[in-house]
Amino acid sequence: MTRERIAVFGGVYSNHVALAAAIADASDRGATALYCLGDLGAFGPSPDKVFPLLQDASVRVMRGNYDDSIARGLDDCQCGYTDPRDNHYARLSYQYTFANTNPAHRAWLAALPDHFRFTLGGLRVLCCHGSPRQMNEFLWESTTPTHFLSKLTRDHDCDVLIGTHTGIHWQRQLGPSAWYVNVGAVGRPANDGHPHVWYAMLGARDRVLDVEFVPVAYDHEALANDMRDERLPAEFIETIRTGWWTTCLEVLPQRERARGKY
Amino acid sequence: MSCTTSTEAASAPAVPLTALDQLWFQVSGTVCNLRCRHCFISCAPDNHAFWFMDRVQVSAALAESTALGVKEYYFTGGEPFMQPALPAMLAETLALGPATVLTNGTLFTPRRVAELARLAAASMYSLELRVSLDGVTVEANDAIRGPGTFARALDGIGRVVAAGFLPIITTVLPGDGSEAEVLLQDFRAVLGRVGYTRPRLKLLPTLRLGAEVARSGRYAPDERVTHEMLHGYDLDRLLCTRARLVTARGVYACPILLDHPSARLADALGEATRLSVTLREQACYTCWQEGAICANATAGAGA
Ligand SMILES: [Fe+2]
Repeated sequence: MTRERIAVFGGVYSNHVALAAAIADASDRGATALYCLGDLGAFGPSPDKVFPLLQDASVRVMRGNYDDSIARGLDDCQCGYTDPRDNHYARLSYQYTFANTNPAHRAWLAALPDHFRFTLGGLRVLCCHGSPRQMNEFLWESTTPTHFLSKLTRDHDCDVLIGTHTGIHWQRQLGPSAWYVNVGAVGRPANDGHPHVWYAMLGARDRVLDVEFVPVAYDHEALANDMRDERLPAEFIETIRTGWWTTCLEVLPQRERARGKY
Repeated sequence: MSCTTSTEAASAPAVPLTALDQLWFQVSGTVCNLRCRHCFISCAPDNHAFWFMDRVQVSAALAESTALGVKEYYFTGGEPFMQPALPAMLAETLALGPATVLTNGTLFTPRRVAELARLAAASMYSLELRVSLDGVTVEANDAIRGPGTFARALDGIGRVVAAGFLPIITTVLPGDGSEAEVLLQDFRAVLGRVGYTRPRLKLLPTLRLGAEVARSGRYAPDERVTHEMLHGYDLDRLLCTRARLVTARGVYACPILLDHPSARLADALGEATRLSVTLREQACYTCWQEGAICANATAGAGA
């Protein structure tokens, strides 16, 4: 019997080129199931393009805070920025995404679940967008204590907690059979000076989790050109080309911010 | 001073703790090397209302904090760098989670900065430094914080930046109609001159408490939180649904209400987390309006 190995994608941010590349990569690696933890829109061009990719590959998709906002027609993306510059860019991409998302896709987003539960190699897995207690909670590596994550797994009856929302992948073993995994984002580079994006391949045997973060090189120039054609901000295009985040940096803690360029 | 009458207290709503996300330490009590004209708890070199916490008190709260699932630790005062044991307390904290120190930035000696850099490098968690200034000019800042404080704080910021820190710089947004964006622009220029080219800035509303009353005036009598104001309100915006403050003399509802005996909840942390906080003080009105202003700008993090 082949061991189950799943692929988990984080925020897509309308990056249809990277999503297609990641789906192909995961299939090549023999992924037995594909999951996406939400935030399909924002940042990138032509938000409608990611929906058929997800649907055709039977990706199991949940709703992130961005999808929740778009589906419900809220005023903003629920990222909670306070800096005027961050708010400016967040508003631009939200209005663009909202205006260019087909109402049928909005209805599809509204019907998505907000978490998944399943078992993997005897481990009880809970997937969420931000945290199991709050869809838009940021769990950064440098500001998330191990005892806090352990409490989340206790409070929410799981051994493995998987999330996204921050855009930077990381993982930590919390105990003999307990893990937290942030799968990062498949639609935006990880603020590390490289244009590739990341997803996670997960397997487990005898209640031991095996996590592999997979970098995906894709035709980022093609996406950058699409973004330029859609008149998206030059700052967003720079991120796609360089791998450095340029906007909405206020939510980054000291450690993660210092690693970046801006 | 708390001037609440019993009728007002009886009508004030109470809120339980949702989760103890933030644990605050009043680590240097009310002792500060400055005497700011706006200080909401009138901290000063000679204000010994609250004395320094000792290592045992901090360790006890840290030990309780892990089972309670605390996410972030904050160190405040007074001026926390007046506390001689602060580096040891930070080292103990940084083994458990991220720590933030709220400072006036005037005590960043080269030796202390080197020590902080070592502490930060040794931990898997972030050590955040939050420096408060008042305005973007010597005149504006020093009028409130005292002569020479602007230059000293900027020097200190330059030193921590050179050591690899990206301190969060806060200032009070004057209630005089000043444009936030203009203020932020000016701030970036000033900080650039000491080598801080990508500053993290945070604007705070004024709290009309303590020494600030002389500048902004008191709250109007009806500026209070009522039951009606909490209908449909996201309680997680309030600091006291997410935090407690440990001091040398017991556990308080929040760092702002140190001067208010009514905000003292219990002797020990565990008990204080089980008690609701009554929003009877007028400063609660500012928190209700502005959201939990004391936390770092990790928006979406329950604040
Ligand atoms: Fe998100």
